[in-house]
Amino acid sequence: MGLFDTLFGRGTKTSAPVARDRLQILLAHERTGDGNESDLLSKLQAEILEVIKRHIPVEQEKVQVKLDRGNSVSMLEIDIEVPQIRTPGRP
Amino acid sequence: MAKVLVVTSGKGGVGKTTSTAALGASLAQTGQNVVVVDFDVGLRNLDLVMGAERRVVFDLINVIQGDAKLSQALIRDKRIETLSILPASQTRDKDALTAEGVARVMQELREKFDWVICDSPAGIERGAQLAMYHADHAIVVTNPEVSSVRDSDRIIGMLDSTTEKAKGGGKIEKHLLLTRYDPARAARGEMLRIEDVLEILSIPLLGIIPESEEVLRASNLGAPVTLSSPDSPPARAYAEAARRLEGEKLEITVPTERKGLLARLFKGKS
Repeated sequence: MGLFDTLFGRGTKTSAPVARDRLQILLAHERTGDGNESDLLSKLQAEILEVIKRHIPVEQEKVQVKLDRGNSVSMLEIDIEVPQIRTPGRP
Repeated sequence: MAKVLVVTSGKGGVGKTTSTAALGASLAQTGQNVVVVDFDVGLRNLDLVMGAERRVVFDLINVIQGDAKLSQALIRDKRIETLSILPASQTRDKDALTAEGVARVMQELREKFDWVICDSPAGIERGAQLAMYHADHAIVVTNPEVSSVRDSDRIIGMLDSTTEKAKGGGKIEKHLLLTRYDPARAARGEMLRIEDVLEILSIPLLGIIPESEEVLRASNLGAPVTLSSPDSPPARAYAEAARRLEGEKLEITVPTERKGLLARLFKGKS
């Protein structure tokens, strides 16, 4: 980057490093063969749901799976809307 | 009533995905519910251009095969609340995209959104045909360049013959979006003129998007250009095209750089 660019503010606003970082994270995931990540996720979701269903009734539509892939770790978030549980003994 | 739009071109690399993202964001900014759908199975990129690539969990194929509900596959944009993206599958076989499956998903999207914008894959094969099949409107993205114009002509023929509307005796509304246009080169006679392209393709013009560095910057950042630099010429051109889609009558111009003298001298931050 030239002095000119640095002086006039281009240096702080370049977009190419952002592009490189985004690609590195994305391709790291795509290359490691977790291309079937969604298979894993739907399996996880189904099994977790099964366990929960043993105790409370949950609809599949009330389950939201969110993912945020990071550089070294990814965050998997599963939101399950649980209906009001009636305690046994009451109508 | 929801409107289904297909962004198509035949030729690759002319700006379908850029245009899908930019128009989708512009329409959603007015508060309407918009979904952009990637039909490029195996080579998805709309997620990357929209900056949602790290958040893809399920995709169109998962929904078609019943592995996920539509609501689970939709990714809400982090900048505009009324904008969602439905990613394509990166790994599955293209054959997983079935006509019945696509019809079912499109019906469900029509119920949920005001605008459904389908980003077509390049080519004229199955994926491109399925992307256009349910559309009410088609945006034909064309560069002022011979092979692009020829491929657009081919696509226009398909829009008039192989879509649901055409088969029912109706007509898809077609719009020409001229992208990567360089007014200086056109003035020097080095690039097909707008009038030439219009005369050859003879479909109404939706907008002219000038060639601009801002488009690359936007995809680097993972944001539609209408959000990353809303005052730039391409962003203004897309915003106006979006207003025309909503029925506004606006004179078509080629937006140019709006810069003060100082900025012009120093080619500074835009």
